[in-house]
Formats: sequence, structure tokens, C-alpha cells
Amino acid sequence: MIEAHGLTKIFGDGLKSVVAVEGVSFRVEAGEVYGLLGANGAGKTTTMRMLATMLRPTAGSASIAGADVAREPERARAALGFLSTATALYGRLTAFEMVRYFGRLHGLADAAIESGAAEIFRRLEMNEFRDRRCDKLSTGQKQKVSIARTLIHDPPVMIFDEPTLGLDVMAARTIVEFVRECRSRGKAVIYSTHIMSEAEKLCDRLGVIHAGRLLAEGTPKTLRATHAPAGDLEDAFVAIVESHRLLAS
Amino acid sequence: MNPILAVYSKELIDLLRDRRTIISMIVIPMVVMPMMMLGFGGMSARLVNNALSQVPEVMLLGAAKSPKIRAALEAEKRMKIVPGAADYATRISDKRLRAAVEVPDDFDDQLAAENSVALVKIFHYEGEIRSGFAADAAERFFRDYRDRTLANRISARGLPPDFARPITTRRENVAPPEKVAGSVIGGILPYIIILLCFTGAMYPALDLTAGEKERGTMETILSSPVRRGQLVAGKFLVVLTISLSTALCSVLSMTFFYLLSKGALGFAMKGRVDLGNLRIAPESVVAVFALLLPVAILFTAVLLAVGTFARSFKEAQSYAGPMVILVILPAVAALLPGVDLTWKLALVPILNVSLASKEIFSGQYSWSLLAIIFASTCVYAAIACGLVTRMFNREAVLFRA
Repeated sequence: MIEAHGLTKIFGDGLKSVVAVEGVSFRVEAGEVYGLLGANGAGKTTTMRMLATMLRPTAGSASIAGADVAREPERARAALGFLSTATALYGRLTAFEMVRYFGRLHGLADAAIESGAAEIFRRLEMNEFRDRRCDKLSTGQKQKVSIARTLIHDPPVMIFDEPTLGLDVMAARTIVEFVRECRSRGKAVIYSTHIMSEAEKLCDRLGVIHAGRLLAEGTPKTLRATHAPAGDLEDAFVAIVESHRLLAS
Repeated sequence: MNPILAVYSKELIDLLRDRRTIISMIVIPMVVMPMMMLGFGGMSARLVNNALSQVPEVMLLGAAKSPKIRAALEAEKRMKIVPGAADYATRISDKRLRAAVEVPDDFDDQLAAENSVALVKIFHYEGEIRSGFAADAAERFFRDYRDRTLANRISARGLPPDFARPITTRRENVAPPEKVAGSVIGGILPYIIILLCFTGAMYPALDLTAGEKERGTMETILSSPVRRGQLVAGKFLVVLTISLSTALCSVLSMTFFYLLSKGALGFAMKGRVDLGNLRIAPESVVAVFALLLPVAILFTAVLLAVGTFARSFKEAQSYAGPMVILVILPAVAALLPGVDLTWKLALVPILNVSLASKEIFSGQYSWSLLAIIFASTCVYAAIACGLVTRMFNREAVLFRA
């Protein structure tokens, strides 16, 4: 469903160039939640943006549901739902108008949007604020609208880039429940975070990313057992990053 | 729904729900601009009429041994003569005195001798309208006095009254009055419309680009399958719609105000051009709007490019604000005397349309020059549109932090 092979991104050129992501490869199957675990500036957002076709890879390749992100960006985007703390809502549109707009951009007919939105709004308990402007909604309600926006075209792939960053417990819980629901519906999910507890609870497999490189991969249990047998996921993460630093120096 | 149409309808709804769009699209062109023009015109008229109705104080310097001229000056109703003082220049500078006239002490004798030219100096404050009126009144008095003196001399010699005036001239206007009015309107109207096209496009263009980046919705929209070109096209058409609507609103309101108070459109024209004679042919209006369309396209594309380049709405405003001057200067240059449409000027954006509008309204224009203007402006607009699409495909511009 999601495949990345030697994904590399270099910003700028010449002496001022910065290698943000280097040779990242992974694969996410349908019905699986793959966590990209890394500190701030590790290269998570750049990787996610390459998968979402917002950034063009400098080298390597990636595909979303069989669509190459560089050669068929529109087809790749049509197959994914992208949610991050940076994906804000149009404040002057109502919750329904926001969802309808994205449905239209995905080429859905208005009748299909109406019925799809009715189902999503019922499931996420959004009917109370269906016709309220997005700038008048609470943080939790906004998150629900964002979720509805990503769901309206029922994509097989979901990309979450630190979606709970800065959210309160209740709003973050909505997101976590939604990610679980995506897995149960057979979607391939990639979830980037730096919150260890969230990664451990949600993800089937994890990739530890640091300084643009994917240093380790495995289930949370395997990572713990391999890198910090006596510790938790955080200890394993620190051990992986430290061993990389030692090798690099 | 076509993605361009989806973007267009969404952006239009979004913008029309914003108070700032309504203010810049409807309130400013339909209410503020006409009120300002009429208000300014009315205020100017009142101030000038007040200044004209007042009898100015003019100081008399010299004329110590010339009782005749002194008596004539004191009898003059258009001026109030005040006694001379050494600080006349300071008083004029401080605007406590309108003007002063310096008459030679032996002025009467000089005139009686008939063999010299008496020099009368008029002191005034250059650029100060009331001082100017006083100087005019003094000049008129001495001109009349000179004519009377000359007439006496001619009569004393038994010569015919027109002896010293062998030639006289008279100006006669052969241009139809409606074309004179059209020429003036043609100069001013496109200037206002061009300015409003720009200011009308400014807010929505910056809001849909820099504003979108600032609010964090750029990443949201870029994650949808809409092509960048389609996104730009949708946004472009919305900004163009609002820009043209602003211009149309301004024309409608100005027409309304013109009909409401014929001739009060601009005080500057009062007395020189009879706007009551204004007849604008429908084809002139169509031609001017045809020329203004690529200008509006150019403004829309340039402002979208500026907004896309900027990191924030504030940064975009700091780039777009000074651009108003770039728009006003060529539009104003077209109002200057002697600036006429040539092949070279037909290639200068904005100035070419302003000049052409003046010619179209005055009824004398060359179709080939109009074609060049239309084509060149379309080329500039296409370049600007290409630039915006290119910027929307540049990661470095879209994700500038």
C-alpha cells in the first residue's frame, strides 16, 4: 500500500544544501499502522510531505496504493488522506462546506458527498455543529472536521504527521481512536510522532528516524527487546540514537 | 464538479464572507470614493469661492509724490489698500497680508512725462491661493489704469481709439463640446478604474495566497488531488472577478453620482469643461473595458505572485502597498498635457490603457494602436500568470518558513 525506497530529500543546492532525509525505505501494508518515531527535526515531516507529494524526492521513490508519488502525484493524492497539525481548516466555511469542498476536489458528485458526509457526521457525532463556521468551533470539533475531510473520499491510505501535537487529552483521544478505526477498516496508516506512549499504543510496527536516516525498524516489542531489554520504548529509542551517534563520530 | 469550478466557488464564498472583501469591493468604490470626490470637489469650491468673495488687503509702498495713483488705488473696490510698512515681506510670508504693490514715488510725473516706463512691483506668496487672488486684483487694476492712460494719450493726439491696437485675436473651439468632456472623462475615469482594479484585487489575492500560508490551509489544499495549475486557475478567476466587480461597482456609483449632481464630478473641471454635454458612446465603454480586462488580469497575476512569494499576509502587504504608486504614476502620466499615444507608449503597461481611454472617449483613436495595447497587455498578463503557476510548483516558495 505504501512503499518507500531510498527516499532522499536535499534542500537547497551547492554549499548551502541540507540533507533532510537520506535513503529511507519502508513498506506499510493494508490494515497496518506504521509509526515513524523521531525527535523534532529528524526528517519525519519531510518524509510525510514526500509521501503526500507536496515535496518532490531528490532521490529514491515512493508509491501510494500503486501510484508513484513523483510520476503520478494526483493519483497518489487521490488515494490518501493527509492529516497534520499544520493542515488547518478554512475558518469562514462551515463544517459541512469544508467536507463538501474536499469531496468535490476528489471528484465526488454532490449526491455522493451528501450521503458520505451524513454517515461520517453521524459516526463522529458532528451533526450538532454541521452548519457552524469552522472558526467558531472548539479544538476537538475542528479535529473532527479535519478527520471528516480526510475520510470523505474513503482513501485506502492515511498519513498522519504528528496529528496530536498541541492538542488537549480529549482532542488527542479522538485522533487516536480514529487511527485505530482506520486500521480496523483495512487502511494502510503511517503515523509520525515523537510521543513514545502514543507510538507504543497505536503502532503495529515502528521505524526510528534520526538525522534523516531510518536507523531501526520493528514492532515496539522487538525494538524494546533488542535495544533496551530492561527498559521501555523511550530507552530503546535513546539507545538506537546514541549508538548511531557513536558510530557517526 | 470541475476542480477549477470547485476552487472558484469555495474561494468566492470564503471571500464574500469576509468583511474586508465587502469593504474593498463595495463600500470603498461605491460609497467612499464618490463621497471623497464629491466632498473634495464641494470643499474646494467653497474654499475658492470664500477666497474670491473676500476683498484682499494690499499694502501700498511708495507713491509718496503721486496723489493720483494713490487716490485711484484707494478708490478701487476689488482691493483694500493699507498703509505701507517695512515688514511687508514678513507679513506676506506669515499670511497676515495678501500682497503689496511698490509704486515709484514719482509715478504720476513719470506717466505725465510720457517718455519713460514706470515699474510697479507686486509682492505675493507664490502658491498661496489667496495671495495669488490679491496679486491678480492688483495686476488687473494696473492693467486697466495703463489702458486708461493710453486711451487718454491717444485721444489727446486726435488719433482713433484703436490706434495702439492694430491686431486682436480671439480663440474659438471647434471641437464638439461632448468630445472635450469625453477627453477629460477619458483621462480621469480609467485612472480611477485602474486604481480600483488594483486595490480591489489586492486584498483577495494576498488573502488567497499569503493568507492561506499563514492560516495553515495551504498544506491542507495541497494534500488534495487538485492540480497546482487548477488551484491557481480557480484562485486567479476569483481574484479577477472581485477586481472587475470593484471596477464595475465604481463605474456604476460614479454614473449614479454624476446623474445625481451633473457637473459636480470634479471641481477641477468646473468652468473649463461643460460636463453637461458629456455623451459617451456605448462602443467607447466596451472598448475601454476590453482594454482594462488584460490590465485587471495583469494586476491579479502580479498580486497572486507577490502573495505566493511572501511568507505572511503582513509581508505580502509590505510588498503590494508600494506597488500602488507604480500603478498610479503611469495612470497620472496619461493626464499630463502633451503625453499622447505613440507606438512606443502603446507598449508601456497601464500608461497605454490610460492614454487609449482618453482617445477613445474623445472619439479619435487608431485601431492598430488599440490592438497593440491589447496584445502587449495580454502578453504581460500571460507572463505574470505563468510566473504564479511556476511559483505554485516551487517547494521553496510554498513552504517558506
